[in-house]
Amino acid sequence: MSLFRLKEKIIQGVFTVLAFSSLLFLVGIIFVLFKEGLPIFKDVKISDFLFGRFWYPTYEPPEFGVLPLIVGSFYVSLGAMFVCVPLGIGSALYINEMASYKQKAILKPLIEILASVPSIIYGFFAMAILAPFLQKTFNIPIGLCTLNASIILGVMATPTVCSLAEDALSYVPRSFREASFAVGATRWQTLIKVVIPAAGSGISTAVILGMSRAIGETMTVLMAAGGAAIIPTSIFDPVRPMTAAIAAEMGEAPVGGDHYHALFAIALALFLITFFFNILAEIISRRFRIKLGLSG
Amino acid sequence: MKTLNKILLTGLAVLSIAMPAFAEKIVVTGSTTVLPLSQKAAEVFMQNNPNADISIRGGGSGVGIASIIDGSCDIANSSRPIRDVELQKGASNGRDIKAHIVAMDGIAIVVHPSNGISALTKSQVRDIYTGKISNWSQVGGKNEKIVAISRDTSSGTFEAFMELVLDKQKVRPDAIMQASNQAIATTVARTPNAIGYVGLGFLSGDIKAVTIDGVMPSKETVLLGKYKVGRPLFMYTNGAPKGLAKDYLDFIKSAQGQSIADELGYVGLK
Repeated sequence: MSLFRLKEKIIQGVFTVLAFSSLLFLVGIIFVLFKEGLPIFKDVKISDFLFGRFWYPTYEPPEFGVLPLIVGSFYVSLGAMFVCVPLGIGSALYINEMASYKQKAILKPLIEILASVPSIIYGFFAMAILAPFLQKTFNIPIGLCTLNASIILGVMATPTVCSLAEDALSYVPRSFREASFAVGATRWQTLIKVVIPAAGSGISTAVILGMSRAIGETMTVLMAAGGAAIIPTSIFDPVRPMTAAIAAEMGEAPVGGDHYHALFAIALALFLITFFFNILAEIISRRFRIKLGLSG
Repeated sequence: MKTLNKILLTGLAVLSIAMPAFAEKIVVTGSTTVLPLSQKAAEVFMQNNPNADISIRGGGSGVGIASIIDGSCDIANSSRPIRDVELQKGASNGRDIKAHIVAMDGIAIVVHPSNGISALTKSQVRDIYTGKISNWSQVGGKNEKIVAISRDTSSGTFEAFMELVLDKQKVRPDAIMQASNQAIATTVARTPNAIGYVGLGFLSGDIKAVTIDGVMPSKETVLLGKYKVGRPLFMYTNGAPKGLAKDYLDFIKSAQGQSIADELGYVGLK
């Protein structure tokens, strides 16, 4: 074997190890989540944990009902969808279908910058500006509530949705549009009846990953959502999403105690939820590629 | 032989320059309530004692006490007394954990400045936070819903509040939870119908402290024990403190250390 071939082999080996090391981290994280999360079920029934309505982890006796936290996470994230789906898909459509080359060159990077703003800055904005504004506008007792968190999370998830939806639209082959125009369809008809259905699963992937992004966001909801562990009945109720509970409490939970294990169990549930969303997105986007005749 | 001596001597000289004196290092971990005092005192102490190396970390009271139990710190900061379980765990790890009170912390009950209420009783505050009282008119104020704002149930401040005011009853589940004293102060200042509680150091013109059972929270009333919503702040060591840990603790307890506590808004013991 020549020296050159040997060098080639070594480099290949190094990159193989690097590529698989992320797998190692993933396995490590899953292992720790199960190892530290499962012990709580020795003391608390799994049904009491998942469907209990009260979260009083530090009281004597403690109550570990995470239903309000799970509902809170979904409630806030669904609210965020009402912001990021129209904003994200709307801007993707504009960028892909209508914007001039120049506009596109400015808009796309700008939206992506939105994704790189640290989440604490969004949280700060929600707390200092948006919450007092909502409080005055809707005449509610306090601005730190689901609506506040949803709006800001929606803005945060917009780049994810926009960027992925725009990719999906750009994958729609030119021939689809040309065929549509050829039979006399207008630009609007082509967009609604040809391009969007063709990119449909790609757009769904974008929405699902946006949801996944929103549900996993921590700092912003910790600062903006009000933090009360209740099952919300209105968008003006405060909530305590799972991520906020973990972030606020992990530092104070005695290591190895029930509270500590309960927080890991919440993290495990959160991990499984986002894992499910990502798998779902992967399956849909694979189908999408096959449908468009792209390699899977 | 002469060359060897020379080499040895040079080596010694280099070593002695590299390590002018034996630098002692301690690690202090725990409560974010005690952190500013711990940090400031360490800074002043290290200015006067350049060889001392004091590393301060936060994490919370629980983390601090866990670290003193597993031996990963020399001093644990805590805003609550150590629990029996933790003492037992320490004992089974061969630790003999000793408490040092380093300052007092008073918890002021605060409302928005526009709120007409300026006096409450401890039991009224308790009923507000447990949900029995939900309208300001029930304590003599306007007919407005009370927005109760609390620290996270895992924080040392909440624990003190729960014991001193709530008598260990459960806080209403819909109370707004904030992650820091400053966040409570800011939220109360922006929310006309809010009630909150903060350390004395966080009082400002934007929020109004109310009297509790007729006593206004202040350094004097906390130290004299007249104001009932106050608590001691602790540092824990394994056994009697020695060396740098002892010097550092002695410094905090000294007049200079306690005046630092006062400047930072705690209630100094002297």
